[in-house]
Formats: sequence, C-alpha cells, structure tokens
Amino acid sequence: MLRFANPSFVLRFAARAIPIFGALAALLLAVGLYLVFFVAPADYQQGETVRIMYIHVPAAWLGMFAYMVMASAALGTLVWRHPVADAAQKSAAPLGAMFTFVCLVTGSLWGKPMWGTYWVWDARLTSMLVLLLIYLALIALWNTIEEPQRAAKAAAVMTLVGLVNIPIIKFSVDWWNTLHQPASVFKTSGPAIYGSMLWPLLIMAVGATFLFLALHLMSIRNEILRRRLDRLTRLAASANDMPRTARFEAAQ
Amino acid sequence: MKSPLAALFVREFAIARRIGGGGSMGVVFLLVLVTIVPFAIGPDLNLLRRIGPAILWIAALLAMLLGLDRLFQADFEDGSLDQLQLGATPLEFVVFVKCLAHWATTALPLVVAAPLFGVLMAQEAASMLGIGVSLLVGTPALTFIGAVGAAATVSLRRGGLLMALLVLPLCVPALIFGVSAATAASGGTIPFATPLAILAALTLASGALCPFAAAALLRRLGE
Repeated sequence: MLRFANPSFVLRFAARAIPIFGALAALLLAVGLYLVFFVAPADYQQGETVRIMYIHVPAAWLGMFAYMVMASAALGTLVWRHPVADAAQKSAAPLGAMFTFVCLVTGSLWGKPMWGTYWVWDARLTSMLVLLLIYLALIALWNTIEEPQRAAKAAAVMTLVGLVNIPIIKFSVDWWNTLHQPASVFKTSGPAIYGSMLWPLLIMAVGATFLFLALHLMSIRNEILRRRLDRLTRLAASANDMPRTARFEAAQ
Repeated sequence: MKSPLAALFVREFAIARRIGGGGSMGVVFLLVLVTIVPFAIGPDLNLLRRIGPAILWIAALLAMLLGLDRLFQADFEDGSLDQLQLGATPLEFVVFVKCLAHWATTALPLVVAAPLFGVLMAQEAASMLGIGVSLLVGTPALTFIGAVGAAATVSLRRGGLLMALLVLPLCVPALIFGVSAATAASGGTIPFATPLAILAALTLASGALCPFAAAALLRRLGE
C-alpha cells in the first residue's frame, strides 16, 4: 500500500491498470446492457420502466462508493500527507457528483410514471440530493483555494465532516417509512430480487465500478502530471529571472 | 487572575461589541427577510401562520451565516490566531470559546428577536414561545457547524459564499428538527419535546465534535 505514495509508481500502475479496467468496464457494461434490454423480464407491476433500475441502482451505489474512496483518501491526506492521496481526493469528487446526478435523474424519470411525480421530498431522495450538494461544495472548495496542499487539507476535513451523510442515506429507508422502497439486494435474509433481474443488476454494478476505477485512475494521473507541469513551469520561470552569470553558474 | 478561556471570551465579546454591526445587523437582516416574504407569497394570514416558524428559522439561519466568515478571519489576518495556537490552551478549547462568544453576540439577539417578529407572521403566543425555545436550543449547533466552514475558508479573501455552500448542506438536520419543534409548539400530532430533544442532541454532538474539526483545519491551513 505504501508504494502508492510514490507518484511515479502510481503513474506506472495507472498505465497498466487503466486499459484493463477500461476493457473490463466496456465488456461488463455491454453484456449488462444486452441482458437488461433483451434478456431481463419486464416487471409485472412496473412494466418496462423497471429497466431504469439497472442504471439507477449502480449509479446510487457508486455515488456513495466514490464518497467512501474520497473519505479514505482524505484520511491519507491528513494522516500521511501523501500528495497522491490529495490527487485521489480531488479526482473522486467530480466522478461522485456525476454518479449521484445520474442516480437522481434516472430516479426522477422512473418516478414520473411510477409515483406520478418527478420529485418527492422523501428521506432517501433528500439525503442523496444533500450528497450532491456536498460534492458540489467540495468541487467549489478545490477550485477556490489556489494552493493545492492547502485545498487538500481543507477538503479532507470537510469530506470527513460530510461523511455523516452516508449512513443517513444508507439507512434512511429503514429508519423512516418513506416512498422509496427499502433495501432489496444487501439483506441478511439474502436478496429479495429474482435471479433473472439480480444477475444483470450485479453485472451492471461491477461494470460501473470498473468504469469508476478507470476514470478515477485517469483523473489521478492527470492531476499528478498537471502538478509536475506546474512545478516545471515555475522552475523554468525562475531560471529565466536569474541574472546571466547566475544562470551560467547554475548550468555548470 | 482570569483563566485564559474566560479572558478570551471577554476579548471576543468586547471586539464584537466595539466593531458593532454583528448582532444588531443580524436582527435587521432578519426583519428585512420577514418583511419581504409576504410580498412574495401574498398577505394570506392563514398561510403565513402555517409557514411562519419555517420562515423565521430559515431567516435566522441565513442571518447567522452573515457574520460567520469573520469568525476566524480577523484573527488569521492580524496574527492573533498564531498567538492563540502558540499558547498552552488547546486550540480546540479556543475554538469552542470563540464559538460561544460568537453565538452570544450574533445568535442570541436573533433568538430574542425572532419570536417577536412572529407577530408579523401571525403567530400565536404558544408558537412564538416554541420558535424562541427551538432557536435557543438549535442555533448553537449552527454556530459550531459554521465554525468548521469558517475554518476551511479562513485563508480566502472572499470565502463567504464558499462557506455558505459548505455549511448549508450540513445544517439540514438542525433545520429539520428546529422547524418541526417550532411547529409542534402550536399544536399538532408530535409532542414538542421529541424534536426538541433531538435538536438538543445535535447541538451537544456538534459542540463536542466540530471544535476538533475546526481546530484541525486552522492548524493545517496556518502552516
């Protein structure tokens, strides 16, 4: 694990892992989408709209998964002060925001024919919206504080403070008896979904996870390269500022 | 001989009073918000009576955000914060006392004024009392949560808007239980004490935890 503190190792790892993760994501999502549209049965109550669930549920899982990745990276920033942890934190926020947004939009599109409305102020919907707001606030924080180390520390503490929202989202459907249905896949009594629907869902979820991992690694790589470029630009600029003799001496 | 924390409280209080503006300006802001709402939704007294507690809570929340970005900023700029960090008193306690002083100078006037402005929202006596008590119990939580946002944006010159973005989503639970306590006071199905107890729990928990987060931010951002 400690090797991941080394940006060069991360770059090498990313170069090898990104094509594998990307290929896995493409394969699993292609198989998953085929199963969703041609094999999985329509629901006896929801009809064809049930197919939205295969996008909606993985997006919701990954919206929360990205936050957990971001929170672990935040811990890395605060405890070990890894620059790679900073980059992982920064990269996870827009991805998490995207998955959360997809979850909210697909849920809303499903809600119109099923619940008769695009939006209700239900506990899980609201806490998911708060998650999106936290992501957006963190992105704003990253964009506002110019110095990357400072931004990383501020974002890390805010991420850990915002972590209280995750259990609220997870258990909102159990704590409050609301419109959103309770958990049906991860239950102690086993999944309450029939196999022909469960398998496409799991394949879509694993595919979406690989998509997240590939995009996250690409974004981390970009962040590391961006920082290197920034440092080189600064060095070049300060070298140009030096008087000619000093530059000559530096060259020796 | 005063204890350092008592001295800090007196100092914060004196600064807030001498600079002026903080408390009284918040109350005026509250009055302005309460005044413009009926312009927007119409002078329907029944509607205002129903949403009055919520309007007053939101107005108090926004009024509290106004002065919050200065909580650590002035001390950060003139170096007092470095002095406070160098002292023997743990920074967590310093943050806690600064929050208390800030609450006493900005939130307490709002707690007193908001129920009175309930008159403009057609509130009855029981409901005004409920608004006052729920604000008294709930506003410290807003100050403590706000302190984390204020600490995160301490080094930014124009961090006010960003601070609001960071803090407002975290204030949602306090707002929910505050408004439900305030509305429960004027009758309804839930007893007044239930949401109030949760609100008190939120205040105590944020008072215990947020100073650590804020102090961690101040230490790391000051480096």
